[in-house]
Amino acid sequence: MEIIKTKNLSKLYKNNELEVLAVDGVSLSIRQGEFTAIVGPSGSGKTTLLNMIGGLDAISDGSVEIAGTNINSMNENELIDFRLKNIGFVFQAYNLIPVLTAKENVEFIMLLQGISPEERKKRSEELLTQVGLEDKFNVRPNQLSGGQQQRVAVARALASRPRFILADEPTANLDSQSTSKLLDIMAEMNKKENITFLFSTHDQRVIDKARRIVTIEDGKIISDEVR
Amino acid sequence: MKTTLKIAWRNIWRTPLRSLIVIGSIVLGIWAGIFVVAFCYGLNKQRTTSSIESAISHIQIHHPEFRQNFEGKFVLEEPKALKETLENEEGVKAYAFRSLLFGMINSPIKSNGVQIIGVHKDEEKKVTNLHSKITAGTYFETKRKNAILIGEALAEKLKVRLRSKVVLTFQDQENNIISGAFRVCGIFKTQYTKYDENHVFIQNKDLHRLLKTESYHQAALLSHSLEDVDETTHSLESKLKNYDVKDWKRISPELAYADEVMETWLFLIMIIIMLALIFGIINTMLMAVFERRKELGMLMAIGMNKSKVFMLILTETLLLSLVGAPSGMLLGALTIKITSQTGIDLSVVGDGLQSVGLGNIIYPVIDPWFYAFISILVFVFTLISAIYPSKKALKLKPTEAIRTL
Ligand SMILES: Nc1ncnc2c1ncn2[C@@H]1O[C@H](COP(=O)(O)OP(=O)(O)OP(=O)(O)O)[C@@H](O)[C@H]1O
Ligand SMILES: [Mg+2]
Repeated sequence: MEIIKTKNLSKLYKNNELEVLAVDGVSLSIRQGEFTAIVGPSGSGKTTLLNMIGGLDAISDGSVEIAGTNINSMNENELIDFRLKNIGFVFQAYNLIPVLTAKENVEFIMLLQGISPEERKKRSEELLTQVGLEDKFNVRPNQLSGGQQQRVAVARALASRPRFILADEPTANLDSQSTSKLLDIMAEMNKKENITFLFSTHDQRVIDKARRIVTIEDGKIISDEVR
Repeated sequence: MKTTLKIAWRNIWRTPLRSLIVIGSIVLGIWAGIFVVAFCYGLNKQRTTSSIESAISHIQIHHPEFRQNFEGKFVLEEPKALKETLENEEGVKAYAFRSLLFGMINSPIKSNGVQIIGVHKDEEKKVTNLHSKITAGTYFETKRKNAILIGEALAEKLKVRLRSKVVLTFQDQENNIISGAFRVCGIFKTQYTKYDENHVFIQNKDLHRLLKTESYHQAALLSHSLEDVDETTHSLESKLKNYDVKDWKRISPELAYADEVMETWLFLIMIIIMLALIFGIINTMLMAVFERRKELGMLMAIGMNKSKVFMLILTETLLLSLVGAPSGMLLGALTIKITSQTGIDLSVVGDGLQSVGLGNIIYPVIDPWFYAFISILVFVFTLISAIYPSKKALKLKPTEAIRTL
């Protein structure tokens, strides 16, 4: 089943007189359980593409369907609700609420979804244990390393039981050890629980772990390779 | 809601110094507001009591036409019968009959227009506290005829001293000019410098001798307490149909209205304080929203809807004033509790205040309802000041969070 489907997706940035076609007619299909990396040089349009797929940025042309639902015509509030129910996000930085502990951060998204306190507690502890942070439940983000923070973000993204997880350069701020640890965790979740991941990266070691590699340049897909 | 409260509370303490400054300004603003209000009420109350005690008394009785233009011919009719009625009236604690004339006082050097008040020294002593305001000489303690009490300010103006001779000139009821020589027997000083300058007291018996008639213009009465005045006035009105009976509020409406007029001003002052606080709060919250724009963008990106983001900022703002306002009120209440007992001595600036009729020691008072009023005011104004920053937060784009570089 196709979870993500873009047709002729384009993004035109207009700033004053300057026009940038950041994404140029991208048609991409991602199926349940895929582990896909979007790669390409800086400025090629990776972030822009992911933002449109995630319903964070307006679409200039073409369409995005998530699990059969076209998100083009949704208004801002509908998009927020749609994201909450369907997409897990891991950003490069500023993922966590600084004043909440690791566990409270994971619980927070379930609170937004209206999940019961018992379920929230159980699931957040479970997920934090899975990402190897069983001893960091009550620690605030500023006392966690960058890699640990990203693992909390992955746990948070999983907590909402999304259809897929979108991660824009999740390892960009991490050293190589943290990078491989985070990737191992993501890969394991993908394998064991069939969770769909779509992430962008510059990092060759991350690219090596991907099972499908979509390369874009100047906003166009130039290769799409499955291993 | 619990989590919103928790996040909001912790967010406030992310920048403790900044939050403490805002909270501190709220505390100070409210404290100052309460104090100013209590002080002004104290001032007014003091002014009212001192006016009542020193001159106007609780109730005054005149010839029905006297108060229209204060003509000397409108004397109290049948003073003996009137006296009897007052003697028998339960609500009347004391009364004093007075003659009121406009005239000139002349010293060898200068002259001045004055109101001449003829009093019965023992009656007057029971009604007003003039006798306690004597700073030099005595309150008519003399065997001689034609003794006069003049104010300190007038004495200075006329360059006269105790036992100096002055001449009073005035008209009798047939408009004949009458003058009489008086000797300064006492010098008084009330809280009103202007009053001291324009009023002199002589004894009725001396005045009657000069006028060759025994008449009065005014009966000033004291009720047992301020609260009894209305009842006594009504009772007297019904018994003294041919006289003009008025209570202090109608004799001196500016005293009665002072509270109302002042309330308008105090309301304005509170609003100004609140406006200043609003700007402080708005500024702080805008700063907070700006600093956290990435975090707020992230929250919206992962699925926190706008009303929840709005509520978060609103809660943070409300918490700031919820911490500040009660502390300010407590501090204000405490200050008033203390100062209402000790009084605030204004003798440093006392001379300035005396010319407008104020005493030196002010006892602040405040109506308890004022705290409720302030609570509502603070709540409303905080809500207002929360709206702009909260709206600003809603304008943030979730993509902000992702574009970190
Ligand atoms: N808000 C914007 N307004 C105008 N142009 C933009 C905006 N955001 C991105 N662009 C442009 O769109 C193009 C694609 O940018 P994007 O951030 O998607 O690239 P990227 O592949 O994610 O790059 P990087 O690897 O550096 O993160 C770039 O040329 C960029 O300058
Ligand atoms: Mg990017």
